[in-house]
Amino acid sequence: MLQEISNTMHKKPKLRLVALLTAPILWLVVAYLGALATLLVAAFFTIDSFTGNVIQTFNLGNFHDMFTDAAYKNVVLRTVGIALLVTVVCTVLAIPMAFYMAKIAKPRSQKILVALILTPLWASYLVKIYAWRTMLEPGNGVLDWLLGPLGFSSPGFGGPAIIIGLSYLWLPYMILPIYAGLERLPNNLLDASGDLGAHNWHTFRRIVLPLIFPSLVAGSMFTFSLSLGDYITATIIGGKLQMLGNVVYQNFSINLPFAATIATIPVTIMAIYLWMVRRTGALASL
Amino acid sequence: MTISRNARLILAALLGVGLAFIYVPLTVVVINSFNSSRTFSWPPSELTTKWWAKAIENTGVREALKWSILAGLSATAIALLLGTALAFAVSRYDFFGREVISLLVVLPISLPGVVTGIALNNAFTKQLGMSTGLLTVVIGHATFCIVVVYNNAVARLRRMGTSLQEASMDLGANGITTFRLITLPNMASALFAGGLLAFGLSFDEIVVTTFTAGPGIQTLPIWIYNNLFRPNQAPIVNVVAATLVFLSIVPIYLSQRLSSDSSTGGRF
Amino acid sequence: MHSKRLFSRIAVASVAALILAGCSSSNDEASSSGVPDVPMMNSLGAGEGQVNVVAWAGYVENGSTDPNVDWVTGFEKETGCKVNVKNGATSDDMVALMKTGEYDVVSASGDASLRLIYGGDVAPVNTELIPNYADIFDNLKLQQWNSVDGVAYGVPHGRGANLLAYRTDIVKPAPTSWGAVFDVNSPYKGKITAYDSPIYIADAALYLMKTQPDLGITYPYALDQKQFDAAVELLKAQKPLIGEYWGDYLKHVASLKSGGTVLGTTWQVNINLAKGEGTKVEGIKPTEGSTGWSDTWMISSKAKNPNCAYLWMNHIASPEANAGVAEWFGEAPSNAKSCDLTADKNHCATFHAADDAYWDDVYYWNTPTEACLDGRTDATCVPYAEWVKAWSSLRNS
Repeated sequence: MLQEISNTMHKKPKLRLVALLTAPILWLVVAYLGALATLLVAAFFTIDSFTGNVIQTFNLGNFHDMFTDAAYKNVVLRTVGIALLVTVVCTVLAIPMAFYMAKIAKPRSQKILVALILTPLWASYLVKIYAWRTMLEPGNGVLDWLLGPLGFSSPGFGGPAIIIGLSYLWLPYMILPIYAGLERLPNNLLDASGDLGAHNWHTFRRIVLPLIFPSLVAGSMFTFSLSLGDYITATIIGGKLQMLGNVVYQNFSINLPFAATIATIPVTIMAIYLWMVRRTGALASL
Repeated sequence: MTISRNARLILAALLGVGLAFIYVPLTVVVINSFNSSRTFSWPPSELTTKWWAKAIENTGVREALKWSILAGLSATAIALLLGTALAFAVSRYDFFGREVISLLVVLPISLPGVVTGIALNNAFTKQLGMSTGLLTVVIGHATFCIVVVYNNAVARLRRMGTSLQEASMDLGANGITTFRLITLPNMASALFAGGLLAFGLSFDEIVVTTFTAGPGIQTLPIWIYNNLFRPNQAPIVNVVAATLVFLSIVPIYLSQRLSSDSSTGGRF
Repeated sequence: MHSKRLFSRIAVASVAALILAGCSSSNDEASSSGVPDVPMMNSLGAGEGQVNVVAWAGYVENGSTDPNVDWVTGFEKETGCKVNVKNGATSDDMVALMKTGEYDVVSASGDASLRLIYGGDVAPVNTELIPNYADIFDNLKLQQWNSVDGVAYGVPHGRGANLLAYRTDIVKPAPTSWGAVFDVNSPYKGKITAYDSPIYIADAALYLMKTQPDLGITYPYALDQKQFDAAVELLKAQKPLIGEYWGDYLKHVASLKSGGTVLGTTWQVNINLAKGEGTKVEGIKPTEGSTGWSDTWMISSKAKNPNCAYLWMNHIASPEANAGVAEWFGEAPSNAKSCDLTADKNHCATFHAADDAYWDDVYYWNTPTEACLDGRTDATCVPYAEWVKAWSSLRNS
């Protein structure tokens, strides 16, 4: 019986393909895209101001409110700026770390280092952000306590704190793909470049960077998008600042259509981002 | 390898800075679990083990841990099945819409969790009239976990090429045997790495979970969310987090053991 | 894809809208017709074996948090109703959870309760079936946020005032008015805090009500467009003074202790915690009075376990459970007999539980609706959804 199925499958690659694709496509298209589409359609609805129930008539009022109020432009720019900065910070921190791990560390310490990078992923998100509250507390936080004697003082709560916090949370997600990408990179390539007289930096910029670019993109998928949708970090260490996620979260239960309207912004931004990434061909080599 | 001594030293220093960045806050978590102040004031005026004693008595957290592991394992299992199938389809076949699939699969992780969360919540409860519960949490988690399995599997399949499989088939093995004896063992470490990352993502996920968990389902992050903001309970949350950091050695050790057994060497 | 329920909900909404349009001249008529007709329980039957509860964290404790804090296990044994609890982080969460129809009871604050009533999500409560209802303080019964036209929609649970906190060692002289947090020349600029919720607009409205009588505000939750705009303007002017808005009270207490915050809105329980940590801080009810909250246990209109839900509402209103919650959570109990049962004999005094006069100028959270809650019929008020939008806008302006 199994043999038969196997043979039929082998003879008919189309059938194999269908068998492979059906479940995942159903899942992603029906369960996920379906849900997403329903939400986005709700952006054109409105709510009954008396009962708070959704009224399903086509209406552009929410979009009008969103585009005319400067506050929403502010929060979009702020959020995208933070997400970009977090991605830059993570990239800058991750590349040397991953490089050392993949190309310099001995196999034994390599393992320990990978374990050290993975460990913080298991400590709760919330606990880590609260730890940053203790770290950043102006005047009597850990940072001032440790680095105060060196003349450094904590930036306090606000935009810089959000960037630090989010970079902290997503750093491992950047290190891991870069590390994997570097490990795949044959050592003799670097040697060859060195033999041809290229400097370290030159080798890195001309050989290593282009080859690990897809890994960088893979990492940025996490750092950029996870930052774009975050609302908890901003609540805990953002001082007065809010991010897009806060606005969506705030409106979700009382005014789902308006929350959906706001949600179209990150969806659009990510769609553009994915499209750009796809044009560079990086997505295919994810 | 021809990396100059200076470059090595600089890289080592940068690695040290990075590790300090990662570990100083974690150390603060561990110290705070002994901090007698309920609001984690720094430096601790007094150290105490009473939060640890209280955490041991706390049955809510054990219950939550159980739910988290259950949801994480279920979501990981689904993600492994769907992600691997998709990876095979994309890397071994050429078909219309192949490009779109690689976009589709990254979508759930690349769209903000709050959007995914409210979209699923809206679909489950309002459109389908479903009850939220373990099932909806698992569906939500699996959706964004597929991509990590998929990425790992695709990378490995690309590296493996098809020559081994062809050789096996030429020697008379059928598709299933080839898959079992050649393809799967060669993919094991990649799948394990993907699975572990998927489990990790699910285990610490809070946003999508907030919107998809029903009555009686309290995963560990939800438990933490419910308890962290109450000064009576907050120190216990630090104990839990500190414990998790130490416990994380188990899955990481396992993954490294497993991946070192495979011929290709471990990635994560 | 559309469920039957969705259609019926649209039908209810459109009928309600028609009725509203037809009777817009008579406010009384509109408000009574605006409430969906949900039947009340007439008699209790046997328990269903479980009850699904949405509650504020700390309201439903079964000993899993602390073995000594348990008012659920006894109830479960006695009635056979297993209690499944889901904590809501905010009032908005709770409304969303109740709209799913999966939960039987909810501990709703005033900024959620009316929304639930008008949304048809909760049913009137037959207080005859709840013996402990008799012992509830009278000034909590049949109030604007827990009843409509004299029909009770829930059992009052506990209450608290939103106080003005100040660090006694830093803020001198001690403030007596909410003006301290709205003073644009405040020496404490950057160290002032405010509650992070749209409902905080009512705090600004209360201050305007007492200081700018021209605006004609009589109730902080009934603001016409002009009054609303004035309150939002006041908050915009206040924003540069604010260091942090607070939503969770760990952050708030930690900030008071560290001195990151020296002045601003607080709850009694936060003051007690901060003092317990050795912080020099006081919380006062300023001369203008204050906003506050009074929670109500309500039953879902779609309750699958109505009998257990009633048993639960009676149990949680009992002196023992009520005292337990009040003390664990840090609020004034609603049952007059609770005060004898608290472990800390001063609990009721600290929280002014039985001090009726204290609550006279406390304006409990309420859900603003288009029909003005102060009874005005010649004006349209700004509904809560617009408060939320305004708050999002303000926070990001």
